[in-house]
Amino acid sequence: MSVEFDRKIHNTLADANLQLAIYTATARLKDKRSETVAPDALPDYQELRTQANAVKKHTIENLDYYLEQFERNVEAHGGKVVYAKDGTEVADFVLALAKEKGARRIVKSKSMTTEEVDLNERLEQQGLESVETDLGEYIIQLAHERPYHIVAPALHLTRYDVADLFTKWLNVPRETVIEKQTAIARAVLRQKFLAADIGISGANFLVAGSGAVVLVENEGNIRLTTSAPKIHIAIAGIEKMIPRAQDLAVFLKLLGRSGTGQLLTVYTSFLSGPRRGGEIDGPDEFYVVLLDNGRTRLLPDRGKRQSLYCIRCGACLNACPVYRKIGGHSFPWVYSGPIGAIITPQFMGVSHEPALPFASSLCGACSEVCPVKIDLPKVLLELRSDVKKAEARDHRGRMEKLAFRAFAWLMTHPRLYEMAGKLAAAVAPPDSGWIHSVPAPMNIGPLRAWLSQRDLPPAPARSFREMWRRR
Amino acid sequence: MSRDNILHRIRTALGRSAGQAVADPPPARIRIPDVDMEKRISTMFAAIEALAGKTHRAATPADARALVAAAIEGKSAVASNVLFLAECGIAGLSGVRSGIADREELRALCAAADVGITSADYALADTGSLVMISSPREARLVSLLPLAHIAVVPRDRILTGLDELFSILPNPAEATSSMVLITGPSRTADIEQILVRGVHGPGQITVVVVG
Repeated sequence: MSVEFDRKIHNTLADANLQLAIYTATARLKDKRSETVAPDALPDYQELRTQANAVKKHTIENLDYYLEQFERNVEAHGGKVVYAKDGTEVADFVLALAKEKGARRIVKSKSMTTEEVDLNERLEQQGLESVETDLGEYIIQLAHERPYHIVAPALHLTRYDVADLFTKWLNVPRETVIEKQTAIARAVLRQKFLAADIGISGANFLVAGSGAVVLVENEGNIRLTTSAPKIHIAIAGIEKMIPRAQDLAVFLKLLGRSGTGQLLTVYTSFLSGPRRGGEIDGPDEFYVVLLDNGRTRLLPDRGKRQSLYCIRCGACLNACPVYRKIGGHSFPWVYSGPIGAIITPQFMGVSHEPALPFASSLCGACSEVCPVKIDLPKVLLELRSDVKKAEARDHRGRMEKLAFRAFAWLMTHPRLYEMAGKLAAAVAPPDSGWIHSVPAPMNIGPLRAWLSQRDLPPAPARSFREMWRRR
Repeated sequence: MSRDNILHRIRTALGRSAGQAVADPPPARIRIPDVDMEKRISTMFAAIEALAGKTHRAATPADARALVAAAIEGKSAVASNVLFLAECGIAGLSGVRSGIADREELRALCAAADVGITSADYALADTGSLVMISSPREARLVSLLPLAHIAVVPRDRILTGLDELFSILPNPAEATSSMVLITGPSRTADIEQILVRGVHGPGQITVVVVG
């Protein structure tokens, strides 16, 4: 485990206010989801999940075909498709376009994909203004932080934190009433929308058969980002593809419910190209940037490929007992929670944070709520195996291997096992927690970290084997 | 070039070759329930009201006109160019600007207006959604920039839900550059999970069903 990962986890656990904020927010989202997918509210929920999984599986297995179909359809409607292998290529494309058009002011709507490639920082370094317009993302941008949660980016901040940020950056009197804070953001961002040269969005779905970008939101900032400026650029991971608009009848029902417990989000936009002849408003130019950034690395492995089915609803975060304790910022990359634990090692390589796939109890709460039925615990196990194989290649983890070999040997020799049990019971003090008092020479190095998290119950007077013999 | 590299990597990983056909995707799952019109309207109204939207029934276009006139009294309003609003006499109400075809002019008006008045191409009963298809008559910003949005919808456009919408419009891209579903007023819960309406879009929504 990296020092950084360990430190962030301990800081989060020690912060009582933060613990309460995470617990409350995730509990609320979790409960709202449960209500809207309950059998009386949505009788065909399980069939919808099965269908969503089958459609995603088919699309990912034929991804090249659907990408090319998408590209043809976007172009038929007057838009343009660009492929980018990484963040540098995304930024280069936006910068070149901005230069060509004399554009300087950019409004952005929330997009995990652009967080992934640090787009704002890259654009701002080159003198462009790039403003986040989702309220939570705007607050996060002012705080120079990363989103805490896929659907609730500013979950860890209070109204007082927001008041401090607004006073510092917006030159407004201190305001702690949430409604009024929202009104301040509306007024500031409204001017940004009306002055912007370019709007940059992400995408929730790419519809191959329509050449369309589908976006869901509650605030209206995505509609403004994609309608007010003369240029709209959508930046999307290649895995966002679905074959047909009709598939949305399945995916939209699952996404709103799983993410926030809404039947549908307030706005669902289905955008296909620049405004057409006669349409009064809408962008004159429409670009879709299809981002790889490590995604194609997942495709060869049939077991782990399913990680690309994710529709970023965030339900697994709310369900996860680990996320709910260690929070979003403990995770080593922009994606947190169970989905972060399976895609970060695959996009960035397992060595990015080797402990990540192990930061799970494998309880399966994530896969139970996953609307596209990703088997997250299975992928985590495969990633653990990848980490161990990499360690073996580098001749690390020899002590662990030795310890497990000794354990296996003991477990396959019943008489020795019984003797060891008796010996342990004889030397153990009767109260629980005796393992903390193991002799100092044993309580060192990696063993100390292991022992500090574990307890044993008091040893029983008689072992199970003895009771069995005397029954 | 990244395009060819990325497509090549994908094909190699999946064991596919360029131009190779694909098996049919799983059949689309479309289930349209049989719901009569009165039931659709009551379900839709309940869904809209649950989101703090307002609902009205108008027996005739004249009733719709009277309802809208009362709602916008003392306020500035912009109406879209859709024929139905003209037929109801709503586009001609005093205080209502309509018939604007210039982008910049429409944008400035919508940004200053209290109320945006539109119709809707369809409405969805089970979620209480308005389906807005962008066209020369129905601009995007009328339902977005003003503080309040009023939609006046003929009753025969109320569909059961998403499944029926996508069976009528299997590919919305054929008809428009933008189809938007609006389900309740603009909202956020980004600060301390406290619900606030009217962030960037209208904080009030009123749906008038005519007929």
